[in-house]
Amino acid sequence: MSTTASSDSRGRAWLNALTGGAGVPASGKNSVLYVDAPLGADTARFIAVVPDPDNRFPRARKGEVGLEQGWTLARLVRDTIAADTDGHRRPIVAVVDVTSQAYGKREEMLGIHLACAAAADAYAQARLAGHPVIALLVGKCMSGAFLAHGYQANRLVALDDPGVLVHAMGKQAAARITRRPVSELDEMGDKIPPMSYDIRNYAKLGMLHALISGVTAAAPTPADAGKVAAVLADAVADVRASGRRDLSNRLASPQAQQLRAASIEVRRRLAEQWHAAV
Amino acid sequence: MEILNYDYPDATAPLAKRVHVGVVGSGDLEVLMEPSPDGKAHVVITTSVNGYGQIWKNVIDRFFTRFDRAATIEINDFGATPGMVALRLEQAVEVSK
Amino acid sequence: MSSPVNAPAQDWQKFLARKSFIELSAQDRATALLDAGSGRVILGPFDRLKSPWLPQQGIVAQADDGVVLVRGTIDRQPAVVAAIESDFQGGSMGEVAGAKIAGALEMTLADHRKGIPTRPVILFETGGVRLQEANLGLAVIAEIHAAIVALRPHVPVVGVIAGMVGCFGGMSLAASLCSHLVATKQARLGMNGPEVIEQEAGIQELDASDKRTIWSLIGGEQRFAIGQVDALVEDDADAIAAAVRAAFAAGVPATPRSARVDEYLAKLAAFDPTQAPDPKALRAAWGKGA
Repeated sequence: MSTTASSDSRGRAWLNALTGGAGVPASGKNSVLYVDAPLGADTARFIAVVPDPDNRFPRARKGEVGLEQGWTLARLVRDTIAADTDGHRRPIVAVVDVTSQAYGKREEMLGIHLACAAAADAYAQARLAGHPVIALLVGKCMSGAFLAHGYQANRLVALDDPGVLVHAMGKQAAARITRRPVSELDEMGDKIPPMSYDIRNYAKLGMLHALISGVTAAAPTPADAGKVAAVLADAVADVRASGRRDLSNRLASPQAQQLRAASIEVRRRLAEQWHAAV
Repeated sequence: MEILNYDYPDATAPLAKRVHVGVVGSGDLEVLMEPSPDGKAHVVITTSVNGYGQIWKNVIDRFFTRFDRAATIEINDFGATPGMVALRLEQAVEVSK
Repeated sequence: MSSPVNAPAQDWQKFLARKSFIELSAQDRATALLDAGSGRVILGPFDRLKSPWLPQQGIVAQADDGVVLVRGTIDRQPAVVAAIESDFQGGSMGEVAGAKIAGALEMTLADHRKGIPTRPVILFETGGVRLQEANLGLAVIAEIHAAIVALRPHVPVVGVIAGMVGCFGGMSLAASLCSHLVATKQARLGMNGPEVIEQEAGIQELDASDKRTIWSLIGGEQRFAIGQVDALVEDDADAIAAAVRAAFAAGVPATPRSARVDEYLAKLAAFDPTQAPDPKALRAAWGKGA
């Protein structure tokens, strides 16, 4: 197995491939990297959370979103908002390959929930301020880590690859907690799309702006990077054309009309009953 | 999970208002009771425990020996005992008065 | 704003006269925070907005999916309270349950844009994502986060964690995004449940059966002492309602907790992870008197 810097992490590999540069540690933290690089006619800020084997918090060495990662993401994203006061809001691309939130006693005591909330808050602020925020799903997009890094984006773009996983809980842990074998979880995922780890089943939920096939997700070539960058630029243009800064487009796709019919119906009836009740 | 349906065509007195009691929690159930559109009583039970149809029938039959309202009753059950079921039904009747 | 927690013996009469909030159903909890007689349930059980996903897995659905929305007034201002019923599926967030909370907050935002000063309250009693609806649970929680952040400049978004389930998973982020957080001593607030930590990190990291340690780390009293909860109140419906009213009266905070980035980066920098975690020492370092 290669030990080059890019092979330990899809996040790092795609950050490098898309920007042609090496990530700069944010606030001196080696686990949160950013690069400012061209994207279409813009200069976008690309952000990734990557493994840091020497991290001083032992539970956040394998690419988890821990305390420092959450607060550092918040600082970096808020700095980006503060820097763009001249009217032009640059795109922010969250390159998502996060294995989980950090599980540990110190993490709970110090408030990892608040650290992750701070990151989600900052990304939401960027979106509300007018930055087109795009999440590029290249690897694991797990649970609280994904909520902190990526899920507040205006648009979600994913690679069509078996290593791209979205879920609320790691597969082994979910198998233990639901007392089902892993094979049964996979079968259920095919029948019940929200239960699936597979990105193609996730796509059925209608929240993806694009699912990109034909790229080598684990080791992107320059051609792969070019292809993905074009989709990212398209997503940025789509955000700007929409004029919207909320997440309503996640319920607008034909797939969402089907599989998220309940989410849509809840909002329809709320609008009916809201004013009648007071 | 099992779905059971029972009809009581002789229960035809009007129900004053719709009622909701209970929760689908461990050993508990929720009961939704509302005026029936066709003037007869109907019961639909969704239960987490399979194979207790006869016991359910007995509990509901007994309830309808005293209850004569044209109600549509929906029961969502999470493993309640027959005693708990009877209690929730009585509670629903009390609230509906 | 918060009532004394370690009350001396002469407060026994008060203790006996109190109306436990924890023991109330979700609907009664919500109603207790509204002006007397003003509460009206919307999207109630007869709307039958049930989980479309649970029956497919052989699990009985509840007619309101475990979230009760009550409209009414708080100090005569329009309000909405979203209360999670923890007896149904552990208060977990499925698609419908989460969409009800997100949708209520979205309607509140629309009200504010029209000049209607609706006051939003969320009663958190939840383990987080409902695993049977996994990715839709996660998605609706992200939508709840988005709605809280969008609403927060207009009006305080007030969260209450009373117990006994506590507030975990993605909903612990939602609680932390709130403008103002009220808790009791019986509440717990943390990202990962103790069982999950033990499973993922090993029993040497955390023994999930050691309730004392867990409460000392993530219990309401500790969260209040280190500044991660704004008001600590008794398990008393009137006291909690008073704390909620006080939060609205205080108005929108200048910097919500989740935006105090430099403060927390500095706190973390000063923390030594090689030392054994010590909740008492953390109170001294991070507490209000520090």
